[in-house]
Amino acid sequence: MIGLCSYGGYIPHYRLNRGLIFGAMGWMNPATIANARGEKAVANFDEDSITLAVSAGRAALQDVDPATVESLYFASSTLPYKERLNAAIMAPALGLKDQIRAADFTASLKSGTTALLAALDSVSSDNPRKVLVTAADCRLGKPASPQEMLFGDAAAAFVVGGENVVAEYKGSYSVTYDFGDHFRGANSQFDNQWEDRWIRDLGLDQFIPEVVTGLLEKTGLQMTDFSKVIYPCIYPAARRGIAKKLGITPEMDLDNLQLEVGESGTPHALVMLAKALEDAKPGDKLMVISFGSGCDAICFEVTENIAKLQNGKALSASLADKAELDNYNKMLVWRQIMPADFGKRKEVDHWTRYSAMWRNRKLMLGLEGGKCTQCGTAQIPAQDICVNPECDALHTQEPYSFADRTGHILSFTADNLAASVNPPAVYGQVEFEGGGKFMFDFTDCNLDEVVTEKPVTMSFRRKYYDEKRDISGYFWKAVPVKEVK
Amino acid sequence: MASGIRDKVAILGMGCTQFGERWDASAQNLMVEAFTECLADAGIEKKEIQAAYLGTHFDEVNVSKAATPLSMTLRLPFIPVTRTENFCATATEAFRAACYAVASGAYDIVLALGVEKLKDTGYGGLPDINSVDSYMTGANATAPGGFAQLATAYSRVWGLPMEKIKDAIAHVSAKSHANGALNPKAHLRKIISEEQIKAAPMIAYPLGLFDCCGVSDGSAAAIVTTPEIAKSLKPNQDVIKVKSIQVIGSSGEEAGFNTWDGAHFATARICADKVYGEAGITDPRNEISMSEVHDCFSITEFVTMEDLGLSPKGGAYEDIMGGRFDLNGASPCQVDGGLKCFGHPIGASGLRMIYAMYEQLLERVPEERKVKNARLGLTHNLGGTPAWNVCAVSVIGRD
Repeated sequence: MIGLCSYGGYIPHYRLNRGLIFGAMGWMNPATIANARGEKAVANFDEDSITLAVSAGRAALQDVDPATVESLYFASSTLPYKERLNAAIMAPALGLKDQIRAADFTASLKSGTTALLAALDSVSSDNPRKVLVTAADCRLGKPASPQEMLFGDAAAAFVVGGENVVAEYKGSYSVTYDFGDHFRGANSQFDNQWEDRWIRDLGLDQFIPEVVTGLLEKTGLQMTDFSKVIYPCIYPAARRGIAKKLGITPEMDLDNLQLEVGESGTPHALVMLAKALEDAKPGDKLMVISFGSGCDAICFEVTENIAKLQNGKALSASLADKAELDNYNKMLVWRQIMPADFGKRKEVDHWTRYSAMWRNRKLMLGLEGGKCTQCGTAQIPAQDICVNPECDALHTQEPYSFADRTGHILSFTADNLAASVNPPAVYGQVEFEGGGKFMFDFTDCNLDEVVTEKPVTMSFRRKYYDEKRDISGYFWKAVPVKEVK
Repeated sequence: MASGIRDKVAILGMGCTQFGERWDASAQNLMVEAFTECLADAGIEKKEIQAAYLGTHFDEVNVSKAATPLSMTLRLPFIPVTRTENFCATATEAFRAACYAVASGAYDIVLALGVEKLKDTGYGGLPDINSVDSYMTGANATAPGGFAQLATAYSRVWGLPMEKIKDAIAHVSAKSHANGALNPKAHLRKIISEEQIKAAPMIAYPLGLFDCCGVSDGSAAAIVTTPEIAKSLKPNQDVIKVKSIQVIGSSGEEAGFNTWDGAHFATARICADKVYGEAGITDPRNEISMSEVHDCFSITEFVTMEDLGLSPKGGAYEDIMGGRFDLNGASPCQVDGGLKCFGHPIGASGLRMIYAMYEQLLERVPEERKVKNARLGLTHNLGGTPAWNVCAVSVIGRD
């Protein structure tokens, strides 16, 4: 049996009420009032597709030993790098070993399911035997566009393998067309789209029935065999038409999270799949359909193992862990849509030394420090000479990751002088349980949420962006643990 | 067995420029200004100087590396010149090097000069130090943000509410403003009330604008010699002797090992102990007449009082609020306005502190800012950030 061994999802902390968007930009395009309901998930200023996917991937790896993963696939239409493998940046952050196969899947919103199918195919031939599939997007609509209102940022991840399968792979069917519903050229910042009526009536209304019919014929299943049918379609009228045409009952039709998250692009069908799995029972059959330059349709059957997962609710947890982004302009500044004055201090040139980064890659990407084999002191960064003055041993440190460790706030400040796109810069010293201390930036929090001794968890983030050379640099930040309400 | 330098070196002359936003003055102009006063005070000729040390920190907006900017600007006639650099403790390093050169017997008369031209950056605060480690893994931190954390950590360790810390550091800054207002060479010469200080815009919580020192241009210089030569050249003047200078650098355990509480300077405590040992001081709280400490931020002065033994551990709040460190208090601190108001040109500050003690010990200051019966003056000059730093402490005195 092959299929999904675990799943995870991640919705960024900040949510922008669509009414705020309409209030700011509705004057230019009054018709967007039709979409001005609910809220959209907005990646923080220090998040991008890579970091969102890492967060989802780490959630999926809570129930699987990362050392057993042999391959990593990352699907996104908003890859931070065109050249420099994005999945390779993610691998150390996910705690994967160096000896893996890794690939980026891109350029279509169905590339998430295509990556998943590639992983299922690999596993079915036992090479590689376990694959982590991640998908994330941060797509931009122009200010005042319907897309700005409709899109949201999200990520999903699955471990695909042949052991402890929680959702067995039962078959798939694909169609591919050069259908330019949404398109971006190599240098486009914003989404472009063709007319909604064409996308809806020719695209969704024809391709989805075609791929579903193909899947049913191939698997010999009936529509009534399925507990949930999962497909990302933002048009309510089209959803009703497709449901009627295919016999999808309201109970089978999984909510597309449009009011809570927004259309997240490449990961969206997979985000919905992760949501469906959170509530699934053994024996449930799930059909997941992606849409973008055609469709993939995949059938899974939930197994008894689903009850054994310890951490199967990460997506719901991140959906619930939210803060209102109370200012539309912040999103424009964070996404570099609107220029803003960050002060002269921001003009300091911090250009990346790739050779230095190579030496420090385990620390930067994996938050790996050292543990002294002589005295047992955990320390970050790992050093030639042990930081414990009573020990002072030379070259005794073995790798020790802090990424999963809980820390506590020793001291903190909120700095208005530091150049930041989200001032004040909140940072402080963190002491880890089990030893180790480091000064980290804090994120996803306000100053009033930061107090000494409060626990923090670590999150992989974009540390800086070098506009001059188009380089995104990554490191880890501390996130104060939210009070459980 | 090393015997230290106590009473082996004397200050023959000192000079200090007007500190401030010296838009019309270059680092070279400032060096000449400090040196001219220093040489006149020493009462010697330039050619009698046998070696010189230059302290300066930021290459980015200042003179360049090495010591030639000093020798070429002052037209020093082909003598040994050396540049010292140790963050904000740079000038004390230059002074220490000059003192050691005399104490060792290598030279009789040596110049130490510190200078910094900061106001060519185009923005407030210090220039960022652009190191490889800081952009890869360092927090997006500035100097005020680094020191501000002393306050949140101190509150945690001693259970002192942040409001009370805010009261005490407001008193610290108000006192320095009052002292600076009396000093014609000080950068900031305005009396500011504690209420105004507490209401100022936040720079890095809990430090507001008036909790941060001036960012200034300036230069200060000293010429040192042996006590014997000083006495022979100036028979009618007290000889100001160096009792001790020590510099201690972090081992890295504060930043990386879990024993440091974040609420004090490990270096300062060790440095003070060494200084008191070398100078023969057993009761610093009562023996030190006055001090100039590194009040880059008001909270630094607060915790430093404890680190130097001028307040008991956990007792700085009561001492500060009780006025102990005010100009008319039992142990005046920042009698010239301190970094806060005299100003903080990085590479000059350590020598400026010694200058403040020197002019008090020689009773050259007007009555309104004179410390009565001053015998021993302490300077504390810190470079870096609470988690990793170099701490320089000196004591000078008259017999």
